[in-house]
Amino acid sequence: MTAFFQSLGLPYEWAWTVATLTGIIVISLLVMFAVAMVIYVDRKVLGAIMMRRGPNVVGPFGLLQSFADGLKVFLQETIIPSAANKGIFLIAPIITFTVALAAWAVIPFDAGVVISDINVGLLYILAISSMGVYGVVMSGWASNSKYPFFSAMRASAQMISYEVSIGFVLVCVVLFAGTFNLSGIVNAQQGFGLGLINAYAIHPLLFPMWVVFFISALAETARAPFDLTEAESELVAGYQTEYSSMSFALFWLGEYANILLMCSLNTLLFWGGWLPPLDIPVLYMVPGIIWFLLKTFMFFFMFSWIWATVPRYRYDQLMRLGWKVFLPMSLLFVAVTSGYLMATGHFDRVDTAGAAAGPTTIVQTNSAQPTAVKATS
Amino acid sequence: MLIQAIAFYFFAAIVVASAVMVIWSRNPVHSVLWLILAFFNAAGLMVLLGAEFIAMLLVIVYVGAVAVLFLFVVMMLDIDFAAMRAGFSRNAPLGLLIAAVLLAELLLAVGAYSAGGLTLGKAAGDAVQAADTSNIEALGALLYGRYIILFEIAGIILLVAMIGAIVLTFQPPKPGARARQDVGKQIRRRPEEATVMKNPEIGQGIEL
Repeated sequence: MTAFFQSLGLPYEWAWTVATLTGIIVISLLVMFAVAMVIYVDRKVLGAIMMRRGPNVVGPFGLLQSFADGLKVFLQETIIPSAANKGIFLIAPIITFTVALAAWAVIPFDAGVVISDINVGLLYILAISSMGVYGVVMSGWASNSKYPFFSAMRASAQMISYEVSIGFVLVCVVLFAGTFNLSGIVNAQQGFGLGLINAYAIHPLLFPMWVVFFISALAETARAPFDLTEAESELVAGYQTEYSSMSFALFWLGEYANILLMCSLNTLLFWGGWLPPLDIPVLYMVPGIIWFLLKTFMFFFMFSWIWATVPRYRYDQLMRLGWKVFLPMSLLFVAVTSGYLMATGHFDRVDTAGAAAGPTTIVQTNSAQPTAVKATS
Repeated sequence: MLIQAIAFYFFAAIVVASAVMVIWSRNPVHSVLWLILAFFNAAGLMVLLGAEFIAMLLVIVYVGAVAVLFLFVVMMLDIDFAAMRAGFSRNAPLGLLIAAVLLAELLLAVGAYSAGGLTLGKAAGDAVQAADTSNIEALGALLYGRYIILFEIAGIILLVAMIGAIVLTFQPPKPGARARQDVGKQIRRRPEEATVMKNPEIGQGIEL
């Protein structure tokens, strides 16, 4: 797309800026649209499991329900508690929302379809998701109210705890892929299983890590059964209690954008991203973005399914799972995985392959010039 | 280059301004939040320098972990602002002394750098990297190759510090303490052991 703007007569630098900005806007809007649809799907799945209809009034099959909710929320009055710390109270939802959208900058939807194909993509996602704690803590503190504060404490402890094991799981994946670049990780999965299956998760060393990652993703996004931060019977609505109208909606949208991000990370890191499930030429006729979306929404369906199925954890059980089960387990797997890869000579192969053709051979990204989104051109 | 320059002055201005606000703001929670903003924009500066790995580590470690603990501590403390400001005149000379030392060190560093020829030890010959190796590879080759012993020593120091913290804060359970939880027992418990179904007649109670 940079080339398109250059052909309009802009110098390279400005063409790149305009192209990147366009990409950011397009991706943000698409993510927001996906979030609106996913909220609808969530409610429909929940309804189906509970043997009721779910939203079915606004639009055909209730498809426009989320947009109606959005409009309603937009027209409501913003209430700021008189005892609240006003500035921080208002910034907190903005931080949550911005951080949730910012992480999408490095997610490749298809080969080369990514705003910023940086080398440290995975670390960027870790960094950005660790910023998510601040929206929660700031809202809880600034509300100047008991339950939001309790909830903020719970949420931040929970997020920090599970980030640790997520970090170790990612180390295992990176050891196999030999790169932090998300496109590189997806490409490394091509024909990984017996030259046929495009997924890391089928490896006996990585499958348990995928399970740990999936459960940690539930905890990281405060999804059921780990939704202790908004346990209604204990904490009213958690850190969002004092929020109304748009500031509440921003929390809500940010939460779902995070859930979608975790689903797409599951897809990218363990299930082959935009690659078809099997390494058969016929399957490559389907565009990669379709495979990516199919896999991502399958994981979202699993999130909804779990929400409808399992009861909430107790807080000490949650902490025990994070620190006493997942942390030692993932630490052990990092050691075992690196030992296994060392013994099988995996790293020598990665080095020679990298020296011969560069880390990302298929994507054809030029690392000197940041690539803009190609899907939109 | 213009965009880089704009980005640099943007990040730099925010770092300086938020660093000033850290000392300026009256509420310590606000101070910590300004400090976090300063960290975050410093990471932006690192990215501009091409040190993207360091930038991400700065965000993950300082913003994501250290500053959260700061924030917790400051939020939990019951701070008396009046008492905090009472010792100002008494502590001012000490503060000024520390400020003078820091300023002198900064000037010295800048002076030495701009004088040129700053070679502390031999330049890392075996770490000369091709232009296309990433930050992570270059750093990894240095840390796990040339500086492996220093790296290991740093790791052991951190481990000792961690164990020390655990030993200092660990309180063994008192002999007469309340019954402790047995997680395995809790998980093994089945509904049949815990609940009982009764169908009492109207007007009659049940005996358990």
